[in-house]
Amino acid sequence: MPMLEVLQLKKYFATQKAVDDISFILDNGSIFGLLGPNGAGKTTLIRMITGIFYPDEGNILLNSKKFNPDEDAARIGYMPEERGLYKKMKIGEQAIYFARLKGLSRHDAVDRIKKWFVRFEMQSWWNKKIEDLSKGMAQKLQFVITVLHEPELIILDEPFSGLDPVNANLIKDEIFRLAKNGSSIIFSTHRMEQVEEICDHIILINKGQKILDGSVSAVKQEFKENLFRLTAHPLPEDNRSSLFDLLSKKADCITLRIKEGHSPNEVLEYFINRQSLISDFRELLPSLNDIFIRLVEGTSVSRQFQNIQS
Amino acid sequence: MKKIGLIIRREYLTRVRNKTFLLSTFLLPIMIVLLISGTVALSLKGKTTHRVAVLDQNGYFKDYLKSDSNIRFDFSAGIDSLNYPSKNCTAVLIIPVLPEGQKTIYRLKYKKQMGISDINDLERRISSAITDHLIYNKTNLSRARLDSLRSASDIAELKTYSDEGKNSKASSQGLAYGIGYACGFLIYLLTFIYGAAVMRGVMEEKTSRVAEVIVSSVKPFPLMLGKIIGIGAVGLTQFLLWIGLIVVLAGVAQAFIPHELLAQVNHLQQTGGMANASAIQTSEAARQIFEVKQAIATANWLLIIGCFTYYFLGGYLFYASLFAAVGSVVNEDPQEAQSLLLPISMPIIFSFIIMSIAAQDTGGSLAVWASIIPFSSPIVMMARIPYGVPGAVPYWQLLLSMGMLAGGFLFTTWMAGKIYRTGILMYGKKPNWKTMWAWAWKKQ
Repeated sequence: MPMLEVLQLKKYFATQKAVDDISFILDNGSIFGLLGPNGAGKTTLIRMITGIFYPDEGNILLNSKKFNPDEDAARIGYMPEERGLYKKMKIGEQAIYFARLKGLSRHDAVDRIKKWFVRFEMQSWWNKKIEDLSKGMAQKLQFVITVLHEPELIILDEPFSGLDPVNANLIKDEIFRLAKNGSSIIFSTHRMEQVEEICDHIILINKGQKILDGSVSAVKQEFKENLFRLTAHPLPEDNRSSLFDLLSKKADCITLRIKEGHSPNEVLEYFINRQSLISDFRELLPSLNDIFIRLVEGTSVSRQFQNIQS
Repeated sequence: MKKIGLIIRREYLTRVRNKTFLLSTFLLPIMIVLLISGTVALSLKGKTTHRVAVLDQNGYFKDYLKSDSNIRFDFSAGIDSLNYPSKNCTAVLIIPVLPEGQKTIYRLKYKKQMGISDINDLERRISSAITDHLIYNKTNLSRARLDSLRSASDIAELKTYSDEGKNSKASSQGLAYGIGYACGFLIYLLTFIYGAAVMRGVMEEKTSRVAEVIVSSVKPFPLMLGKIIGIGAVGLTQFLLWIGLIVVLAGVAQAFIPHELLAQVNHLQQTGGMANASAIQTSEAARQIFEVKQAIATANWLLIIGCFTYYFLGGYLFYASLFAAVGSVVNEDPQEAQSLLLPISMPIIFSFIIMSIAAQDTGGSLAVWASIIPFSSPIVMMARIPYGVPGAVPYWQLLLSMGMLAGGFLFTTWMAGKIYRTGILMYGKKPNWKTMWAWAWKKQ
């Protein structure tokens, strides 16, 4: 069942079509990667979903009901890219304040904060101020504040920036756990290896428009180039064949592209017939990084301002 | 609405719990007292005696120009208009040959500039010297008789009463001026202090990006309103603490007055200040305390405190939202705030200037209109109210002024809210009043 439906969303600013007709669907309990180069319109899109901006056109449905920013704020947790905490406020008090703004009672807020603090080993921080924390510590606190009210929809913008690998893993595990418990997560980042590791589904936007939408594996299938790597011994001296193009060769390992109309089985047969002992044969799927670069490259790197008279 | 309560609570508590709050609450009155007593002390100490040499060829003024601690006249023969500095004189007054009859020009040469009040004083003395000389010469009065007449004629004392239908009430112009000026000054000061606090608070939320987190759970308008109300409540708390402080200090001061003196003061109070020598001997100190008490009793304190609270809050609300709007559009650069603040601080400063005029001339049309228009009314009206309602300020003016102030702050808050909503999430754009104006009128 779709948790969030974004339908033909548009938001034009004076000099830019920040979001230009974007639609997508987010299922319950899925982790959704929102990708795009700088200035693609990700932040504007997120701000509309969190109710900070009103869309010019289009609809946002939450559990098939029209999204109402005033009532639904408590169902969303948003962690913006630039961390936002009061520097002079004590950590415990600050967490309570944000939780209560999301509608929790003081008692519930304290209970949950204590649980989270134990889980993240932050108990001793309660009376410290933000200005005493390191960047990574503030990051953890921000994450706790984002998920404290158990939102159905969690939006994380670059949640791992500034975290060491141990803490990044801690947060990553929490993200998986939250998704398993039914929360839907929108995850926006530029780190493609994190997306491959975490996300079920991705969309890629560029210049305000959606240019890619699908599950991580489907996207990879879509962009595969029939590349394979084969390790065998001995390799035949002459590898020219009508079945494939040889791309590179390194000791016993070759990379090849199978030509249109042929199958991997035929390639294996070819090597078996030449008395090669095959130890490894695998398909090389493109990384999301490659796909991202391929799709975005060629379009100008930074977005130009344009005049919109409409 | 529950959320705005949370925001107000946070804004209030984080400020009131802060050590600087207590410090400023108790230090500000002390500093103001020190400032006033310091300037008074300096101006008293700074009074020097001017020795003025008089070149009086006919000996016309010799017996009539009177010296005192402020100005000393020196009629020594050896002084002329060139050597007076060497004879320890600051100036030389040159008397023309025929001083009376027509308006004659006297010339004063000086090495050290004399103040305007000293010059006026000098002019007055010359005039009265001429009068005395004329009376003495043209009538048969003796010098002694003339002097006794002079001192006998110096007994008028003007007591003022405000006419309130059947009964008239003793009033004190000096006190009304003092209270009015002090109230106007205080509102002026507090508007700036708390307005700037609102602006800093908004800038803090914007630059630390807290605004983005909060705006995803609360709309920008309640966020701004919560901040303004919270800080206003801090101001009100501070004001109440000050009143408490004054009451306590007054009590303490009274405890230090000797018992006898207090009895004398009470006696004066019972007899209405007309105690004669036959009753208890009243000392000069008792009489002074009695007069201060009398003067304080002439003011309508309930009205003054009530109006002060209203105009302080009204003026604060009127300007605070504008301060918030400026805070919302600036980025990290405080310089930007400086230039944007000018259109806000100018009317406040002008109000202060008009107030110092209105405190002396409460009925002037400048004072009346400036105390009705909401830009300046909080500061200017407070200078007029101590002179009496409805005596100096008719009811219609007070009500119109209060109503317009309420309408005014609703309008500025509404307009500033629209600027704030756009500004708080806008980064990297250099703001100016033109774009802010456009945001204020943008739909949605």
